[in-house]
Amino acid sequence: MLEDLFKMVTTRFNGDEKNEIKEFKCPRCQNGCGADELQKNMWVCPECGYHSRMNARDRIAITCDKGTFREYDKDMQTANPIDFPGYEEKIETMQEKTGLTEAVVTGECTIHGEPCIIGVMDSHFMMASMGSVVGEKITRAFERAAEKKLPLILFTASGGARMQEGLVSLMQMAKTSGAAARLSEAGVLYITVLTDPTTGGVTASFASLGDIIIAEPKVLVGFAGRRVIEGTIKQRLPEDFQSAEFLLENGFVDFICERKSIRRTIAHLIRLHRPPVKDNGAALADSSPADKSPAENKSKTSKEKTVSKENDENMGSNGNASNAGNANNASSANSAGKSDKSEGIFGAHKNKPGKGAGKNG
Amino acid sequence: MAENMSGAANVSQEREITPFERLMIVRNKNRPTIRDYIPLIFTDFFELHGDRFYGDDGAILGGIGRLEGTPVTVIAEVKGRDIYENKASNFAMPHPEGYRKALRLAHQAEKFHRPVICFIDTPGAFCGVEAEKRGQGEAIARSLAEFMTLKTPVISLVLGEGGSGGALALGVCDELAMLENASYSVISPRGFASILWKDPSKEEEACGIMRITSHDALSLGICEEIIPEPAGGAHNDPETTAENIAEFLVKTLNKKMAKDIDVLLNERYNKFRKIGEFME
Ligand SMILES: [Zn+2]
Repeated sequence: MLEDLFKMVTTRFNGDEKNEIKEFKCPRCQNGCGADELQKNMWVCPECGYHSRMNARDRIAITCDKGTFREYDKDMQTANPIDFPGYEEKIETMQEKTGLTEAVVTGECTIHGEPCIIGVMDSHFMMASMGSVVGEKITRAFERAAEKKLPLILFTASGGARMQEGLVSLMQMAKTSGAAARLSEAGVLYITVLTDPTTGGVTASFASLGDIIIAEPKVLVGFAGRRVIEGTIKQRLPEDFQSAEFLLENGFVDFICERKSIRRTIAHLIRLHRPPVKDNGAALADSSPADKSPAENKSKTSKEKTVSKENDENMGSNGNASNAGNANNASSANSAGKSDKSEGIFGAHKNKPGKGAGKNG
Repeated sequence: MAENMSGAANVSQEREITPFERLMIVRNKNRPTIRDYIPLIFTDFFELHGDRFYGDDGAILGGIGRLEGTPVTVIAEVKGRDIYENKASNFAMPHPEGYRKALRLAHQAEKFHRPVICFIDTPGAFCGVEAEKRGQGEAIARSLAEFMTLKTPVISLVLGEGGSGGALALGVCDELAMLENASYSVISPRGFASILWKDPSKEEEACGIMRITSHDALSLGICEEIIPEPAGGAHNDPETTAENIAEFLVKTLNKKMAKDIDVLLNERYNKFRKIGEFME
C-alpha cells in the first residue's frame, strides 16, 4: 500500500523541499497552473477538479473561523518503541521538510461560529501513517470531545499503520476505535471527512466510524492496496476502484462534498445535531418535505449526488475565511438559539445533498 | 516518556529459537488448527453460520460450546489442514461478512451473558475486489469499536499467525494470550521486506527487526500471557497444547467473570489506551 502511494505523490509538485509549491502539475489531467491560482482555487485543479492533497496548515486555514484554532498537544514527539533502525533520523527529516512535528494536527476551533474539535492528518508527513503520536493525539481528541460535549471533525488521510512502530502502531487502531466507541456512547457528533488518500489501518479504524462520513470527490479510499489486489486477481482494476464515488455506490459514505462547500456543510450538520429547542415544532416539520424517497435517490447517479454549491463564501478566499464568509458566519452565529427554526429551513433546502444542488451554480 | 514496557516475566526456556524459526514452526502444515482444538477444549459445540446480511464466511468459524461446563461463545479464524479445507476457509483470510458474523455472535453472547473466546490465526484480512466492495475497512473498524464496549468478558488467543488488522479484529479483549511460537505483527514480514527493501524474499531479515514474537508482544505490554508449546512446536503434541490452552482459559475466565462489568470495560479500554510510546 505505502509504496503505491509514494509513487503517486512524486512528481506532483515541482517546488522546493520546504513544501512550498511553485508550480502545480495535476497528476490526473497533467495540466499545470501557478501556485497562486491553485491556492485561490483551494488546491483543486482548475482544469479537472482534482482535489489535491493539502497540508494541515492550509486545511485548517480554509476550514476554521479565522484566528479561532487552538492547537492541542503541540509538543508531543515521536519515540522509537521498537528501536527501529534509523527511525529518529527519518522523523527529523520529515519534521524539517514539513514544518510539522507529526502527521496529525488536532485542536479546538469554531466553524461558522460553531465550536468543535478538529483533527487534520497531513499526508506529506510519512504518508500520514499512524504511529503512537497520531494514535494518541486522535484518541485525546475523542476523549476531549466526549468530556466537553463538542462535535469532533476529523479530516482523514493515511497510508495506514506506521511500520516503523511495529505492533505498537497496529494497536493504535484499537485504541482510536475504542475512543470513537466511547464518544458514540456519550452521544456526541463525530464527522469524518475522507481526503486523498485514506487507506489501510486508518480506513479500518476511526475513519470508518463517523456518524456522518463525507468524502471529497474522486479521492482514494480503501483498505487494501490497489497493487496488492491486482497482484492477487492478475488483472488491472478499473480507474474508479476505491474512489469516493465507488464507496458512495457501495454504501460506505454518506455523501461527496466539494472542498469549497465542506466548511459550510460541517456547520450545518453541527446545527442539525443541536439538542432540540423547546417550541420549535416548525423546524422539525420543515426538514421532512424536502426529503426524497429512497427510490428517487437510487435513480440518481453518484455524480448528481455530489454537493456542489458554487456560491460558498470561501471561494477565492486565498485559503483564509474571507470577510464575506466571516460576516455570514457572524450573522448565523448570532441567530443561534433564538432562531434555530430559520436555520433549519435554510439547512433543509440549501444544503440538501442531492436535490439538484449541482444546478445552483 | 510515556507508558508501557511491562515486566517481561515468563521468559521461555526456548529463547534461542529465532523469530524466523518460530514463523516456520507456525507455518508447519501439521500445526494444529482450531478444528483440532475445539473437540479437545470444548464440549457440546454447535457451529453457527452467517452474518445475516450477505453470507457465511468460511474463514471465520463461530459457535457455542462448554468450557468445563460453562457455556461460551467461540469465534475463530480457520486455517485449513489440506487444500480442500483451505479452499473452504480461503486460507484463513476473512472477508467483511466474516467479521460481521463474528460481531453478530459476540452480541448474541452479550445478550445471554456468555463470555467470548476468540482464536486468532490469519495471515491477514483478504485483499480483493469483493472485500473492498463490501467494506473490509468498515467491517474491521466496527469490530474494533464494538468489541471494546461489549458487555461480556472477551479473551483472545493467537494460535499461529496474527497478521495485521485482520487479526486485531478479533483481538480487542480483556486479556490476550499467545501460543509460544505464535506471531503478531502489523504487516507480514514479506510485505514489510517488500516495502522497506523492495525485496519480499528478505523475510528472515524482516523477522529479525519487526519484533513479532510472543515474547516481544509480552514485553511491549500487548499480550498478557504466553502459553507454552511442546518442544519443537504444537504439532508434536496437540493434546498437551490443548490442555495448556484450556488451563489458561479456565483460569482467566474465572477471573474476568467475577468482575463488575463496568470495571471490566474500563480495564479493557485502558489495556489499549496505554499502548504507545511518545515524548511530551
Ligand atoms: Zn487536473
